[in-house]
Amino acid sequence: MADTAERTAEEAPPRAPRRVLDAFLRRREASVLLVALALMVYFRASSDVFLSRDNLVNIAQATAPTAIVAVGIVLLLVSGEIDLSVGIVAAFAPFLLHFAIDYYGVPVLLALVLALALAAFIGLVNGFIVTQLHVPSFVVTLGTFFAVQGLLLITSHAYPVPIPEPVQGTFQTWIGAGPWASITWAVVIVAVFHVVLTRTRWGLHTISVGGNPVGATEAGIRASRIKIGNFMITSALGGLVGIMEAARINTIDPNIGGGTTLTFYAISAAVIGGTALAGGSGTIVGALLGALVLATLQNGFNLIGYSANTIYLILGLAILASMIANQYLSRLRRAGKS
Amino acid sequence: MTTAALQARGIAKRFGALTALSDINLHVDPGEVLGLIGDNGAGKSTLIKILCGYHQPDAGQIVVAGQEVTLRSVDHARSLGIDTVYQDLALINELSVYHNMFLNRELVRWPLLNNRAMKRRAERHLKDMGVNLPDVGVEVAKLSGGQRQAIAVARSVYSDAKVLLLDEPLAAMGAKEGTMILDVIRDLKRRGDVSVIIIAHNYAQVLDVCDRVNLLQHGRITFDKRAADTSLEELTDLVVADYRRRR
Repeated sequence: MADTAERTAEEAPPRAPRRVLDAFLRRREASVLLVALALMVYFRASSDVFLSRDNLVNIAQATAPTAIVAVGIVLLLVSGEIDLSVGIVAAFAPFLLHFAIDYYGVPVLLALVLALALAAFIGLVNGFIVTQLHVPSFVVTLGTFFAVQGLLLITSHAYPVPIPEPVQGTFQTWIGAGPWASITWAVVIVAVFHVVLTRTRWGLHTISVGGNPVGATEAGIRASRIKIGNFMITSALGGLVGIMEAARINTIDPNIGGGTTLTFYAISAAVIGGTALAGGSGTIVGALLGALVLATLQNGFNLIGYSANTIYLILGLAILASMIANQYLSRLRRAGKS
Repeated sequence: MTTAALQARGIAKRFGALTALSDINLHVDPGEVLGLIGDNGAGKSTLIKILCGYHQPDAGQIVVAGQEVTLRSVDHARSLGIDTVYQDLALINELSVYHNMFLNRELVRWPLLNNRAMKRRAERHLKDMGVNLPDVGVEVAKLSGGQRQAIAVARSVYSDAKVLLLDEPLAAMGAKEGTMILDVIRDLKRRGDVSVIIIAHNYAQVLDVCDRVNLLQHGRITFDKRAADTSLEELTDLVVADYRRRR
């Protein structure tokens, strides 16, 4: 669509390679993809092991959880909401799995479904309070964050537990312990929800509700349903990530694998990937690339030998820099289109 | 007497302490174009939002083609053939023209949107209406005020509604686009099966295109005459006299 506008605007169409380049640069994901590639080139040059298989597995395993949660975060941001509680839902979900299997003898797959359903239920509560009681999602999910953390610590007595026996083996490998398991899940989930956001009614209405809440309602779109649905999707994805991470770390620990870090990484990934906090626009593929950038940064600086403490400073500056660059690039993009 | 396409009986609506509408009685016959005029804040938009199911009235009945109905939602009103162009247009800036044209009644080849069909139909329909756009794939944010309004009107006309409610469709219009909208309304009139209620401030345009004019003042309809039986002077005098009285 940018193509035709361009052709009418200019007398002679630019040569093909330039057109392809232009079209690429106008995609929202372009800048973050370039950043990811530049980082990889830089770290490859600085460290021989960066592209080794083992390290690629490391990067993949660090990318996947952030990317999967970021999928939900993008849907929420596009519909004009946010979820700060998703990380603690991730920490809670493997305990739900553990309770169901070890205390009630529920079969593994059913227990997985149950855990994800309960996670989704927390999303339902978030969405209900936001849409029906009209409390801003920032505050609501802050509340549920602490409430779920309390539930988690009370029910787990703040002690880690081993992976339930029926989960061990094939299921554990398959859901998260296998070297490429989590990233495979991430890519599949990203692909599915990319299609949902860009090619289905649900996606269109998500954009509408975030872009023009009044207008969307006037057109008869049920904004509450869309938002509640996106809260549920986000929480369920958070739950899945929690279970994946527990399988990978080989223990169910209330203190790792979730909490604020996962939430903040996912929001960062979404924002770095080109999703606006204002609602109405966002990209899920961009969020995957954003998660990749974050994981690469952390991994690369580790390899070069920066201390873990320095990494946060660098990460913060990198997020700010990429956001400023993004702002600048999208202004350029807009100028180029009109 | 013919059965009105849409009728309001004793409609009242309050927002807290504010009485927006106190006792509205109004009707539009099949194929008729009714002009609704009145001061800013007289309650015109509130009335439209009740007739289209967006607000629920506190009292009174709505009768659609002889059947008394309770409009539960915009969707419900639409299913009864009532469609609306809102003052704020209800367009989504981030979406393309054709997605806006089909907003909330998208063509779907489950589970995916049928973008190609929506694009083709939007193109054809806009061309039929005389709206010139280089590309229906462009985001609505990039269009002029008049083009946006034209798309909002085109969307409602396209919906095959029996009753069209137009809340100030001429407000952001240049002369050319305004004429286009008026032509669209005349076309509908010629077809004879669509009723239109149109809110407008330009009385000359109202008299030009409407069959009948209602004046809404202080939450009531205070004047109801055929356009042929009234004049620009009379309408202006009524509104000005009211303004003087209130001062």
